[in-house]
Amino acid sequence: MCHCGINIGGVVNVPEVVEYAKTLPNVVWTEGNLYTCSEAGLSSIRDSIKKHGLNRVIVASCTPRTHEPLFRATCEEAGLNKYLFEMANIREQCSWVHSHEPEEATAKAKGIVRMAVARARWLEPQDEPEVDVSDSAMVIGGGVSGLTAAVTLANQGFKVHLVEKEPQLGGITRRLGKIYPTLQDSSEIIDPLIKTTTSNENIQVYTSATLKDVSGYVGNFKVTLKKGTEDMKLDVGTIVLASGALNYEPPKGSFQYGVLGGVVTQLQLEEMLARGEVAEPERVLMIQCVGSRTGEVWTYELSDMSQSFAARLLSKILGVKKEEGWPYCSKICCMNAIKNAIRIKELWPKAHVDILFSDLRTYKEYEDFYRKARALEVKFIRYIREIPPEITEAPNKKLNVTAYDTLAGVETEFLCDLVVLSTPLCPSKEDVMLARMLKVPLGPDGFFMEAHPKLRPVDCQSDGIFIAGTACGPKDIPESIISAKAAAARASILMANRKLRTEALTADVNTDLCIGCGLCEELCPYGAHKIQNGKSTTIAALCRGCGVCAADCPRHAITMRHYSDRQILAQVEAMMA
Amino acid sequence: MMVEKSALVIGAGIAGIQASLDLANRGIKTYLVEKSPSIGGRMAQLDKTFPTMDCSICILAPKMIECFRHPNIDLLTYSEVREVHGSAGDFTVKVVKKPRYVQADKCVGCGICADHCPVEVPNEFDSGMGIRKAVYLPFPQAVPRVYTVDRDHCLDCGLCQSVCTAKAVDLEQQPVELELHVGGIVVATGFDVYEPFRITSYGYGKYKNVMTAMQLERLLSASGPTGGRIMRPSDGRIPRSIAFLQCVGSRDQRFGYPYCSSICCKYAVKDAVLMKEHRPDSEVYIFYIDLRVFGKGFQEFANRAKKEFGVKFIRSSPGEIREDPETRDLTLWYEDTLTRTVTSLKVDLVVLCTALMPRSDSVELAKILGIDTDKFGFLVPSDSVGQPVDTQVPGIVGCGYCLGPRTGDIPDSVMQAGAAAARVSEIIMARSV
Repeated sequence: MCHCGINIGGVVNVPEVVEYAKTLPNVVWTEGNLYTCSEAGLSSIRDSIKKHGLNRVIVASCTPRTHEPLFRATCEEAGLNKYLFEMANIREQCSWVHSHEPEEATAKAKGIVRMAVARARWLEPQDEPEVDVSDSAMVIGGGVSGLTAAVTLANQGFKVHLVEKEPQLGGITRRLGKIYPTLQDSSEIIDPLIKTTTSNENIQVYTSATLKDVSGYVGNFKVTLKKGTEDMKLDVGTIVLASGALNYEPPKGSFQYGVLGGVVTQLQLEEMLARGEVAEPERVLMIQCVGSRTGEVWTYELSDMSQSFAARLLSKILGVKKEEGWPYCSKICCMNAIKNAIRIKELWPKAHVDILFSDLRTYKEYEDFYRKARALEVKFIRYIREIPPEITEAPNKKLNVTAYDTLAGVETEFLCDLVVLSTPLCPSKEDVMLARMLKVPLGPDGFFMEAHPKLRPVDCQSDGIFIAGTACGPKDIPESIISAKAAAARASILMANRKLRTEALTADVNTDLCIGCGLCEELCPYGAHKIQNGKSTTIAALCRGCGVCAADCPRHAITMRHYSDRQILAQVEAMMA
Repeated sequence: MMVEKSALVIGAGIAGIQASLDLANRGIKTYLVEKSPSIGGRMAQLDKTFPTMDCSICILAPKMIECFRHPNIDLLTYSEVREVHGSAGDFTVKVVKKPRYVQADKCVGCGICADHCPVEVPNEFDSGMGIRKAVYLPFPQAVPRVYTVDRDHCLDCGLCQSVCTAKAVDLEQQPVELELHVGGIVVATGFDVYEPFRITSYGYGKYKNVMTAMQLERLLSASGPTGGRIMRPSDGRIPRSIAFLQCVGSRDQRFGYPYCSSICCKYAVKDAVLMKEHRPDSEVYIFYIDLRVFGKGFQEFANRAKKEFGVKFIRSSPGEIREDPETRDLTLWYEDTLTRTVTSLKVDLVVLCTALMPRSDSVELAKILGIDTDKFGFLVPSDSVGQPVDTQVPGIVGCGYCLGPRTGDIPDSVMQAGAAAARVSEIIMARSV
């Protein structure tokens, strides 16, 4: 029984629960620990198993999501099958949610422990299925992340299939003229990478190719590619998802985009600069956060303003339509705008460049880059998002922009040649199809979701699939390269070991009872059931243990290993007792 | 050429731990060297981590234990790298194991020695907020669970030796020198927290209720000196109003460092929400220049802090903090740049979100490794865009905050650790084929 410092011990009377557990049938040894997960707690588990000949171990502590593997491994070290371990969550499900009711929380902790003991009695040792892992990988996407992941894996001797839907490799990086903060040509980064990739004998590149189908499971994915009218089959052990992101395009009319000629996005400006299509401007105005950070309520900032001033602003704010776009911060737009501002200043030193921003997020050493722009007399003006700048047509193909400058407290007019909108990176609609095909989740922001936001940032929740680059959220080039290398590192671990043990929590079909109706095959979201010779069989490596089949089988022919009806009913009975 | 299928990782915070695990799981023998008595680093000191609000040590501890028991990882704690020779694929490294004065193979971690030790020292792990004994375990989940005698403060009374039932205390213990042969080296030495004594207008070190954010994390932490209760250092009262000040010593050309430390806005929002959760009726203010809540999910989280929790954001960098000598309350003088008014605010507690800087010995270590550092002491990548974790010396890579604020937060460090492991694997595997 773990105190978890004061996390549990500060609410639940742990010694009382320890005493209570001693009274439960079949319990031969109980103890309380300050932190059961510390080396002291773990060695006590090992010692107790040996000393008292324990054949079931229960830890009442926190969540199995983070700590079950640790305690299971500890049991294994002492020679106990790890499926004979049971965990009772008396933190998340007790002390944290009942932090103001210590007595009730203690009573509930006793109940949770009683239930765990009841289930533990029916636990059975399980063998984990072992699967072979193919030592080849598929990388989806041929941008800077996909190329980096492919090269990193190929350099370690793994066979890589790189799939790109466009006819050319290079992704969005190829479209950039320069890269911040070095201001080098993007071709200096992307060209050598493409060359290394295409000349590497371990890498097979498929351009103008799309995914048609992905089946199988970690170590043994079966992929069908479509290239033109031709279908190709690949067998791979791991998948690196590097499908990238799109540059958000504002709807027509937003900030006069698509209506007035001089309104462009940053990416369009870069392409125009690269093609030499920009004439020397007198003034260029950039607007940050167009289509990003849309969920913010800035009016809070105005709460301290004098009544009449706030009222005037408020009437303007209420008149504005709800902004379209994405709620997140795209993270790269501030540096990107500064990069293009510096380029314009370097090309035409007399041109004025103004940047309308709400928070300037030049994190890291990019602060130097910001200073460089200011030294070049790029002007930074803080506007309020809820009073978007008004853009109107002016004579001589110019644009007139009116914006509220919060620091000066006045509305300012700008006569510009170009208005450049800093739009975010955003997920592509195709991601939804890709997510469905790979059976991986998308996050609330529409990007692919990682298994754990802190500690598993490049792993997918599905085993054997890893995420690299902007498919997981906005990143700049160095960050994309880092995440791609990290994804390759994680994939290489699986492939180097060649074998993998998978969780034993799988469906078990009693073929005497099975009538081969095929309901399980139809219901299984993972394709783990197949009807063969009139009976259902389970492909253990595909089964995620969700239990849908067992719950719906009309003949009760399916049992979940490690979660049998008997175990669950014993828990329910204990709860009622 | 013979290539050593082994690697050295220097520094055992989250970056070093993850790099070691990624290397070891890849089949590469890994030596993880940590100069302090326990692995865990900065992440072990934090209270909660955004956005799951899981307690930091709770999600870190399983990884620490995994390092400890991994057959491919040799944990060398309380050890320092002294010399490095050779080149990629074939480095020779001299490591010194400093004497703990407690024999690791005998110590059972019972703590009787510390119970009897008469010397009390401010605990570094609690950023000086709590105390420890001269024989100590830095924190309850420390790995390895072996006590260490701090001879700088020890009175040589011998009490620990006489009470130790395991006969583990050995005050005659000598340093041990080891020679390691490795194919690649990962540097993951992390950061120090700027102590803003020089910014006298904020009164840090003079006013008791002005603290750094790291000190606040220790107060918030369940295993901290107050058991997770936030108390004002001056009188132990629970603060009703708290102000967080951003960019103290960072983005600062006068006293501190010109760069942005990348993580302060984000953890301040997290801490502000925690304060509100601890005590919903408290007033929490964040003073900022630019609110830099970039990165996955952070903007959305800051929106919630504003809307749901009522955290107040003030765009200003206060000029001065004054202390009421009676009540020890603090008054901040500032100009709100959005309403363009000069005004003041009285609060119970001020938290300074100070710059992060390289470890004090980072330049010394860089010299031993023969790699470059910038003017602050951070490692310089050989190609900051194309090869962001490589140093100028082939075979030596970096990850985590020692690479500078370009790292940022925990997920960034974990990704860099993976990238560093991949680079080392590339070298070792390419050359061994």
